[in-house]
Amino acid sequence: MIELFYLLVVFILSIFVGYEIIIKVPPTLHTPLMSGTNAISGIIIIGALTSLAYTANTLVNIIGLFALIFATINVIGGFMVTDRMLQMFVRKKEK
Amino acid sequence: MNIIIEFIYLIAAILFIIGINQLSKVKTAPRGNRLSAVAMLLAVIATIVKIQLDNTSSINWVYIITGIVTGGLIGVVLSKKIKMTAIPQLVAIFNGLGGGASVLVALSYLLFNGVTISLDMITVVLSIIIGTVTFTGSMVAFAKLQGLIKSQPILFKGRNILNVLLFIVVISLGVRAIIICQNISTAIIILLIMMGVAFILGILLVTPIGGADMPIVIALLNSYSGLAASMAGFMLGNLLLIISGALVGASGIILTKIMCKAMNRSLVNVLFGGFGQTKEDKKEKSEYINIKQASPEEVASILDAARSIIIVPGYGMAVAQAQNAVHDIMTTLEQRGIKVEFAIHPVAGRMPGHMNILLAEADVPYEKLKELELINSQFKQTDVAIVIGANDVVNPAAKDDKSSPIYGMPILNVYEAKTVIVIKRSLSPGFAGIKNELFEKNNTLMLFGDAKEMLLKLNQELNEL
Repeated sequence: MIELFYLLVVFILSIFVGYEIIIKVPPTLHTPLMSGTNAISGIIIIGALTSLAYTANTLVNIIGLFALIFATINVIGGFMVTDRMLQMFVRKKEK
Repeated sequence: MNIIIEFIYLIAAILFIIGINQLSKVKTAPRGNRLSAVAMLLAVIATIVKIQLDNTSSINWVYIITGIVTGGLIGVVLSKKIKMTAIPQLVAIFNGLGGGASVLVALSYLLFNGVTISLDMITVVLSIIIGTVTFTGSMVAFAKLQGLIKSQPILFKGRNILNVLLFIVVISLGVRAIIICQNISTAIIILLIMMGVAFILGILLVTPIGGADMPIVIALLNSYSGLAASMAGFMLGNLLLIISGALVGASGIILTKIMCKAMNRSLVNVLFGGFGQTKEDKKEKSEYINIKQASPEEVASILDAARSIIIVPGYGMAVAQAQNAVHDIMTTLEQRGIKVEFAIHPVAGRMPGHMNILLAEADVPYEKLKELELINSQFKQTDVAIVIGANDVVNPAAKDDKSSPIYGMPILNVYEAKTVIVIKRSLSPGFAGIKNELFEKNNTLMLFGDAKEMLLKLNQELNEL
């Protein structure tokens, strides 16, 4: 019970931290912000890895496999497409 | 050893925060994004080490490698091949996959561990509900953005009551599962039914939302995908998941708020209002009387005589893929010593920052893109405003027609420019389904045609002058 409460404290404080840093992002960068944070939400990948690790049950493993595929697409695709977008902004700076 | 793993997770969380913080400036943003990617890699490596240490017998490396390779390849291909105009769809898919992954993690946790403590079950239930709604909602948003289903709001009588009912059903089933979690096999069946209902709820929540409200929905789903990861973090007792998910959740909440403000609508109104319902009663009003059409030649000579020009892009520019043509005409005009700036409405396009990203792709320097608050006072001193595929965001009815459904929405005051050129395919109404008085103003000239084609013609005419 108390452990769950601590987790809740961390959760709420993190939302405040997130709010404070993200409110500063200018509209020009809203799309990269969205796809970049979206890639971060792919952190569920570590949950997917964990779910594959502790059982040999085929059904559980197949569910875990799909979780891992989904999360990896989210992570790799998300970071790469964000990088592609941000390079477009930087390119101009150098010209 | 576990403490070292936890410590690496902490470092990853800190790097995420620094990474997001650096996203607030164009200069540091690429580095920030890469920092977040490094944090993710750290977290993945730490997790693999952890599961290796915890347990050596049943780790199924085949599954792990297959999953990472398959997902990685799909991710690489998607991110490399996607056109910038299709970014909203891609973000929708990624959101959905994130939500979907959370649900699957919750399911496998449930099936494997057989949750029997009510508190644990709460986190499983929340992961499944939020994740499922994110998944199906995002898929509908994707289908709408991709044009697979029509982007107009799909409305039917009693849909709000139905949604509320489904929501109550989902919650009741969830509560039931939490209460009877000692009886795990029944609880699993209840949870699967709950998931099915949440699946439908996700679809029904997004189908009534029309194209121009998409920026709000995408931002909201972004927030959900983060919250779903957080919930999974509660379930697994993993702080990194909780922190990262909360950061993403906050980002989505902020963007949602900004988008709602830019449309002068409450979130409740966007989700349940079904914009465009008033379409039918407004139809008789949409006859235009004082329309002045111009040819590309005429417009070119007007542009040539101007000293300052503001370009106002909208979703039509994205549809016509006209961003490069916009860049070319900007260059031509600037070579003639004309000052060119861009006015970007916060909800122009289909996702937050959509216009900025398209123009960045076309090499338009981001310093030239001005936000609504900054540029609105400048229209008065501007010779020509060129509206490219934007409609509702420049409709003066938002200012002076109290009966208009968009009344109160902040608009770009293009009508204050000496001359307004509107490049548009036809007089068909914008998303709000209402007439645009701007087109009838005395200083407005209509240039009918495809945005890209017309801009190319204009550019050609200018070069011949």
